[in-house]
Amino acid sequence: MSSQRVLPSPPPLKPEQESPDHTSSRATSHTKARTRLSIAERKHRVGNAIVTIVLSLGAVVMVAPLLWTFSTSLKTREGVFALPPQWIPDPFVWENYLRIWSAGPLLTGIQNSLIVAGTVTIVGTLFSALASFAFAKMRMPFKNVLFLSLLAALMVPFPTLMIPQFTMFASIGWVDTLLPLIVPFIFGNIIMIFFLRQYLNSVPDSIIEAARIDGASYLQIFFKLIFPIIKPAIAAQFILWFMAVWNDYLAPIIYLNSPEVQTLQLVIANFNAQYAIQTDYPLIMAASFVALLPVLIVFIVFQRQIIESIALTGSKG
Amino acid sequence: MSTTTRRSRLHRQEHLTALAFVALPVIGFLLFTLYPMLFSIYASFTDWNGLTPPVFSGLDNYITMVQDPYFLESMYNTFFLMLGIPIGLVISLALALAMNRKMRGSTFFRTVYYVPVISSIAAVAILWQWAFNGDFGLINQVLALVGIDGPNWLQDTATVKPALIIMAIWKGLGFSMLLYLAALQSVPRHLYEAAALDGAGAWKQFRHITVPMVRPVTFFLVVTSIIAGSQVFVEINIMTPTGGPEFSSATIVWYIWQKAFDNLQMGYASAMSIVLGLMVFLITFIQFRLNRRNQFSID
Repeated sequence: MSSQRVLPSPPPLKPEQESPDHTSSRATSHTKARTRLSIAERKHRVGNAIVTIVLSLGAVVMVAPLLWTFSTSLKTREGVFALPPQWIPDPFVWENYLRIWSAGPLLTGIQNSLIVAGTVTIVGTLFSALASFAFAKMRMPFKNVLFLSLLAALMVPFPTLMIPQFTMFASIGWVDTLLPLIVPFIFGNIIMIFFLRQYLNSVPDSIIEAARIDGASYLQIFFKLIFPIIKPAIAAQFILWFMAVWNDYLAPIIYLNSPEVQTLQLVIANFNAQYAIQTDYPLIMAASFVALLPVLIVFIVFQRQIIESIALTGSKG
Repeated sequence: MSTTTRRSRLHRQEHLTALAFVALPVIGFLLFTLYPMLFSIYASFTDWNGLTPPVFSGLDNYITMVQDPYFLESMYNTFFLMLGIPIGLVISLALALAMNRKMRGSTFFRTVYYVPVISSIAAVAILWQWAFNGDFGLINQVLALVGIDGPNWLQDTATVKPALIIMAIWKGLGFSMLLYLAALQSVPRHLYEAAALDGAGAWKQFRHITVPMVRPVTFFLVVTSIIAGSQVFVEINIMTPTGGPEFSSATIVWYIWQKAFDNLQMGYASAMSIVLGLMVFLITFIQFRLNRRNQFSID
């Protein structure tokens, strides 16, 4: 409660900043306008108060399942079944967060997820950026045909491809390794190519031509000139892609069986199946909460970039 | 003469470099999209267990499919779960309108509502499975506070689909809200001012300015939600591992997955995956056509 008070307190200017914007067109030096302004302002404030209350109630609904998870993760096994329910754990069992590491391959799950998501996004981003540069700024034969076929691939849902992909990788012995989760995706991400190409369209051709006249190769132009320009766009797309790979479940469940190769999402799903039978819900919830944390932290740190690029997605769609 | 050959040599060099830059995504497309897609089409006309070579069987799989009650049920379930889409859109537009006001804390709210979107669906499914627990789950404990004896959500054919819909709305709200918010912020203020001068009340302004101005976003959201909705899998796999009571929460992708990787009926599963692919293609195609028409009417 007190921390909420502290956060939005600083700018006492705010109400004054808001009102001129709202009424400036009508506000004259007339005295009548003055009273009208204050009525409008009061109305605005009452409206804000109501909206804040409604949004707060909604926010409670949004975070309730997460808080419930966290609360469960700190209970004793018996505390979970207490009646009336314990909204706040009694006692707090922080040991649950120690038990999870030996109760299942959680640590290797995190490692595997890092390997997959890291390799796919780092290598894939490089190739996607290079391709987007070529599609946006270079002359080549069949450019539109190639670009449109890549875009068309977006229309094919993964379930339509997964059976042949599985048998392909099975025939070269890659099942139960991380390779089928990495290899198909390091060739580049069409969504990323699309957005970077869009972004590059606003970069003038003349700077590239000037660099060409100075004798720079296309690779040099890409790394020295283009890459710094599109870095913000790359960063946003990179984060989104990383989170998508990190959270993926369908591909891992098809390919991975052994505990030592499973990704984090599979590990927690197995926790869920295994420990629900033993009614060890605190353990399941602690593991799930740990699985949620990395992406949650990334989101909170980069939320401005993430939210901006998502909003952009809608306007481009 | 010599300048033209020089230029054409330069062009050729540019062409080759450009092709090299796009080569990997194109190879990826050929290997991991085009080839599997063609193979899926072929496999859908075969009897195939994934271990021995496929045996051509004509339209058998497709004939089996239309007579398979499980397939029909999973299709029905998949579409039923999409009933949450309009509900989610209405709520998220209302939220976006609320957040579009100039007031404190809207950034904070935006973040809170967006958290479920970035959360992994596996973790979300686990925590909602627990929240829907019939005896000790959050939902029923809250309902008990107001004297309602809640059902055993995920074990009851009548409530398993509503439960999944509630969870899907909760998870998707932040995304559509954000897109609506961006759209609302780009609506020119003078439209509202002019309407207010003409005496249009809040409802009329909403009905005749806001709704038409955010229509492209609504359209985008409907299409992407249908495409995503046709591929629901993770929450079914985790929350109702056997496809729910009397198969009542099995979706089409869940059934494809089960047939292909549990029963090794890969030919049959391929045929169903082709039907799914055609569905998605059709929706996308309609979107492109309608979108083009929308743009014409605005211009």
